[in-house]
Amino acid sequence: MTRNELILIAAMAAVTFPVRYSFYALGGRLAFPPLARRALRYVPVAVLTAIVAPMVLLPDGAHWQLSWRNAWLLGALASGLIAWWFNHLLASIAGGLAVFFLFRLIVN
Amino acid sequence: MWAGARDMLPMLLGAAPLGAIFGTLAAPSGLSHGGALAMSLVVFAGSSQFIAITLLGGGAGLAVIVLTTLVVNLRHALYSATLLPHVAGLGQRWRIPLAFWLTDETFAVALHRYQAQDGSPYKHWYYLGACLAMYANWFTWTLAGLLLGRSLPRLEHLGLEFAMAATFTGIVVPMLRSRPMLGAAVGAAAVALAGRGLPYKLGLMAAALTGVAIGLVLEGRKGTP
Repeated sequence: MTRNELILIAAMAAVTFPVRYSFYALGGRLAFPPLARRALRYVPVAVLTAIVAPMVLLPDGAHWQLSWRNAWLLGALASGLIAWWFNHLLASIAGGLAVFFLFRLIVN
Repeated sequence: MWAGARDMLPMLLGAAPLGAIFGTLAAPSGLSHGGALAMSLVVFAGSSQFIAITLLGGGAGLAVIVLTTLVVNLRHALYSATLLPHVAGLGQRWRIPLAFWLTDETFAVALHRYQAQDGSPYKHWYYLGACLAMYANWFTWTLAGLLLGRSLPRLEHLGLEFAMAATFTGIVVPMLRSRPMLGAAVGAAAVALAGRGLPYKLGLMAAALTGVAIGLVLEGRKGTP
């Protein structure tokens, strides 16, 4: 490892960790105001949906695939339906994976 | 702790091809093996590591790479704030490592555990287990990519990343039982799709903030929290 790499990696770590630690650093000293507390309840749904939606609707990263031939879309729908009805994460993941891989096996 | 590691399994599968690709692409970008491993161990942030080697390969300077890393990882501040109520009671000895290992994947899985109705006081052990599994997995696949490089089977064509999509879907969908939550999801998805061309995950950040804003507005209109 060269000196430049060492500096680069140290600098990247120096801007990555503080962001992750930003709120944890405060520990019990920070009580969020009610508005912030309410806002934070939407973070998981908003972020995770924002990560998944493009993965599922544009699996190759460039082209819309709104069709039944899209294994990503079918698998995610299966996961979603199982999660909705049974509220069981493991079953939802397993069901989605089963649909995804079976479908790819059959269609491709 | 074991349960946390176990529940990370789909994420581990999903991250495997990414770690391997990172290892494979590190050398052509000019990063040494030691440098690539150190980056996976010390920075531990998939997206920004990819962007860093892309920029390195393109001859970008230190300042550009570091600034980009900062922007790409801004979403972690949202995760940090969201999980804070759950970790606030822990000492620094816990909060520092748990923050270091905070990623999209560990956030999703740990939050899901914290939201379960049981009052288990050991959920931070679960969170730690999830972190350690993700960390070991990321290092292992980086190493595999470095050593085996292009002779690795083409992992990216197996669709392993779908495991991550399935997990996130399974976590989100049961939360969509109110109109504000549903609105937050739809708004976030729309902005993420519209802004998918934006660099440095800015589209994701905009989508997250839009989703939160829509949730708050719909909640306010309903009049009850």
